[in-house]
Amino acid sequence: MREIVPEPQFATLEQQTETAQLGMWVFIATEVMFFGALIFTYFIYRLTYWEQFRLAGADSRILLGSINAAILLTSSLTMVMAINFAKEGRQQRVIAFLLVTASLGVLFLCVKGYEYVLDYESNAVPSLNFAFKSGYHAPSELYWVWYFVATGFHALHVTIGVGAILAMTRLAWRGRFSPNYYTPLEVLGLYWSFVDTVWLFLFAAIYPLGRAVT
Amino acid sequence: MSALAADLPTSYLTEENTIASWLLTRDHKRIALLFFASVTFFFFIGGIAATFVRLHLLNPAGVLLQPDMYNRMFTMHGVTMVWFFLIPSIPATFGNFFIPLMIGAHDLAFPRLNLASWYVFNLSGLFLLYTYFAGGVDTGWTFYAPYSTLYANGHVIGAAVAVFINGFSTIMTALNFVVTIHRMRAPGMTWMRLPLFVWAIYAVSLVMLLATPVLAMTLALVGLERFMGVGIFDPSLGGDPLLYQHMFWFYSHPAVYIMILPAMGVASELIPCFSRRPVFGYTGMTFAIIGIAVISFFVWAHHMFVAGISVFSAIVFSLMTFFVAVPSAIKVFNWTATLHKGRISFDAPMLYALGFVGLFTVGGLTGLMLATLPIDVHVHDTYFVIAHFHYIMVGGTVSAFFGGLHYWWPKITGRLYPEMWARVTAVLTFLGFNLTFFPQFILGYLGMMRRYYAYPAKFQDWNVLSSAGASILAIAYALPLFYLGWSLLWGQRASANPWRATGLEWLTSSPPPKENFARTPTVKVPPYRYDPEDDSFISQDGVAHA
Repeated sequence: MREIVPEPQFATLEQQTETAQLGMWVFIATEVMFFGALIFTYFIYRLTYWEQFRLAGADSRILLGSINAAILLTSSLTMVMAINFAKEGRQQRVIAFLLVTASLGVLFLCVKGYEYVLDYESNAVPSLNFAFKSGYHAPSELYWVWYFVATGFHALHVTIGVGAILAMTRLAWRGRFSPNYYTPLEVLGLYWSFVDTVWLFLFAAIYPLGRAVT
Repeated sequence: MSALAADLPTSYLTEENTIASWLLTRDHKRIALLFFASVTFFFFIGGIAATFVRLHLLNPAGVLLQPDMYNRMFTMHGVTMVWFFLIPSIPATFGNFFIPLMIGAHDLAFPRLNLASWYVFNLSGLFLLYTYFAGGVDTGWTFYAPYSTLYANGHVIGAAVAVFINGFSTIMTALNFVVTIHRMRAPGMTWMRLPLFVWAIYAVSLVMLLATPVLAMTLALVGLERFMGVGIFDPSLGGDPLLYQHMFWFYSHPAVYIMILPAMGVASELIPCFSRRPVFGYTGMTFAIIGIAVISFFVWAHHMFVAGISVFSAIVFSLMTFFVAVPSAIKVFNWTATLHKGRISFDAPMLYALGFVGLFTVGGLTGLMLATLPIDVHVHDTYFVIAHFHYIMVGGTVSAFFGGLHYWWPKITGRLYPEMWARVTAVLTFLGFNLTFFPQFILGYLGMMRRYYAYPAKFQDWNVLSSAGASILAIAYALPLFYLGWSLLWGQRASANPWRATGLEWLTSSPPPKENFARTPTVKVPPYRYDPEDDSFISQDGVAHA
C-alpha cells in the first residue's frame, strides 16, 4: 500500500477530509433545493386537484415502489458497512460490499424499468400514449407527468451513484484507501444516503397517498 | 502573453507558458483569467444587442428592425447580460483570483472542479451562440409560460438548455468558494477578520447554491412542456402559469442580489483604501451582507403584483421588500461614513466606487418606489422599471466590476495602468450611464411601455437622449480594452502593494507566484487598519507601514 499524501492545496489529510465532506454536504443542499422545487409543485397540484390525483394515483404500482424502497434502504446499509470495513482496513470486504451496493442500485433501476414498461402498457405515459380513463380530467395527466419527471431525475441520480460506486471499487482494488484515509468512500456514502432519502420522499408522494381512503 | 513574460520574475503568468498549460491549469489565478476572457466576450455580445435596441428606438415608428427581430434582440441582450456576464462577472473572475489570496490559501479547495466550471460555462455559451445563430428567442429573458411553451416561435429550448448548463457552472464555482472560505483560511484569519469582499462572495455563493437549482428545475419543466406537449404550466391542461412565475422569480429575485452583492464587496475594499480610513461599522456590514442574502429569498412575488396574486400576499411581499432595503441602506450609510474625515484620493478605482455608491442609491430608492403597491401598479412594465434595475445592475455592478478591475490590475498583471486615461473613462462611464438611463425614468413615468418596438412620437426626445448616452457608454466600455491592453505590454512595473492596502493579497509579489505565498501568512489584525492622520496602515499580518 503506497503512502497517501494530501493534495498540494491542503496542509494535512485531515483538512482534505473535512473539506471534501463539507463539499458534499453543500452539494446535497443544492440537490435538496432541486428536488424540493419539484416536490413543492407536486403538492400544490395535489392539493388543488385532490380527487383527480387520487384517481390517477390509484393506478400506480405500490408493490414495486415498496420493493424498490426496501432495495435502496438495504443498499444504504451495505454502503455503510463498506465504509466501516475501510475504517478497519479490510480491503476484500470493502470491495465485496461496494459491489453488493452497486448491484442493489442496478436492481433498483431494473425494477423501475419494469414498472415503466407496465405503465406504458396501461397507457399511462403522457405525450406518448396517455389514455384518459373514466373519471379522468386534465389534472390526472399532470399526476403522471410529475411521476415520470420525478422518478426519471431520481433514476438519473441512482445511475450516477452506481457509476461512482464502481469507480470507488476500482480505487479500493488498487489499494488507494487505508484506515486513516478513506474520505472518497465516506463522501460517496453521503451522496448515496441522500439518493436513498429522496426515494423515501418520492415514494410517500407517489404511492400511498389517497389509497387509505378507498 | 509572451512579451509580458519576457523579463518578469517567475510568477503564475510565466511558470509554464504553453497553450495546454493554460487550458489544463488548476491554478485559480489562471482560471480567473480564462473566465475573464469568456465573460468579456459575452459582455460585448450583450452590448451589441443593446446597441441595436437603442438605435432602433431612435425612431418612434421602429424602422430599423422588424418587430419580431426587435423582440429577439432585447431577449438576446437580457439573457446574455444576466447569465453570461453579470452573474459570473465578479465572482468567477475577481472572486476566483482573490478569495484564496485574501484568506491566505494556496488555491481553492477543489481546483479541478474550478477548471471544470470554466469548461461547463463555455459549453453553455456555445449553446447560447447556437441559439442566436439559429434565429434567437423572442420570449424576453423571463421565458414566461405559457408563451414560451406554446406560442413562441424562437429557439426556446436551445436557450433554456444554455441557461440550464450555465447553472452547473454557477453551482460549481459557488460550492468551491463556500468550502474554501470555511476550511482553507490561514492561521489567525477568523471570520471577523475576513475582508468584506470575502464576506460578500461567501453570501452570494450561498444564494447561488440555494437558488440556482430551482431555476434548473423550472427550465427543465418548461423545456419538457414545450418538447412533449404536456401541461405543467398550461391552464387548458390543468397547469398554472402563475406557478411558473413563482418558481422563476424564486430564483431570479435572489439572482438580482447575486449580481449586486459581489459589487458591494468590491466597493467595501475600494472605499476604505482610497479614503485611508477603516471601514465604518465592519460588524454591521457583515450582518447587512448576510441579512440581504437571507431576505432576498422572501421578496420574489413583488415581480407579480399585477399578475393576479392575492392582495394579502402582495402586501406581505411589499413589506418584505421594504425590509430588504434596511441592510442595503446600512451599507450605503457605512460607505458614506467611511469617507467622513478621510484622506480621499480620486484614483480611477475610487471614481468607479463613488459612482457605484451614487448609482446604487438611486437604483435602491426607486426600488422602494416600486415596492409600494400603488406606484408599482402605475409604472409596472414601463421604462421606469427598466431604468430602476439598470441603475442597480449596470450603474452598480458594472461600475464595481471596472473599479475592481483597475484596483487589482497591478496585482493581476504586474503592470500599472495609465491613470489619466482611466480617470477620464470612469467619469465618462458615469456621465454616459446617467444620460442613458435617467431619461428612462421619465419615459416610464410618462407611460412608455417596455418591450414595444414602436412608441408614441411625443416620447422621441427622451429616447434620443437615452441613445446618445448609450453611445457614450459604449465608448467608455471599449476604452479600457485599449489602454489596459497597452499597459499589459508597456505599463510601468507594479510593486507588491501599489495602493498601500491592508489585505493579504498585497503581501505577495505582483503578479503572484504560482503557489501564491512563499510561506503561509499568519493574520494578526482585522482588515482596513488605515490611519488618515499620518497616512500609515497596518497590513493584516500585523506589520505597521509608515
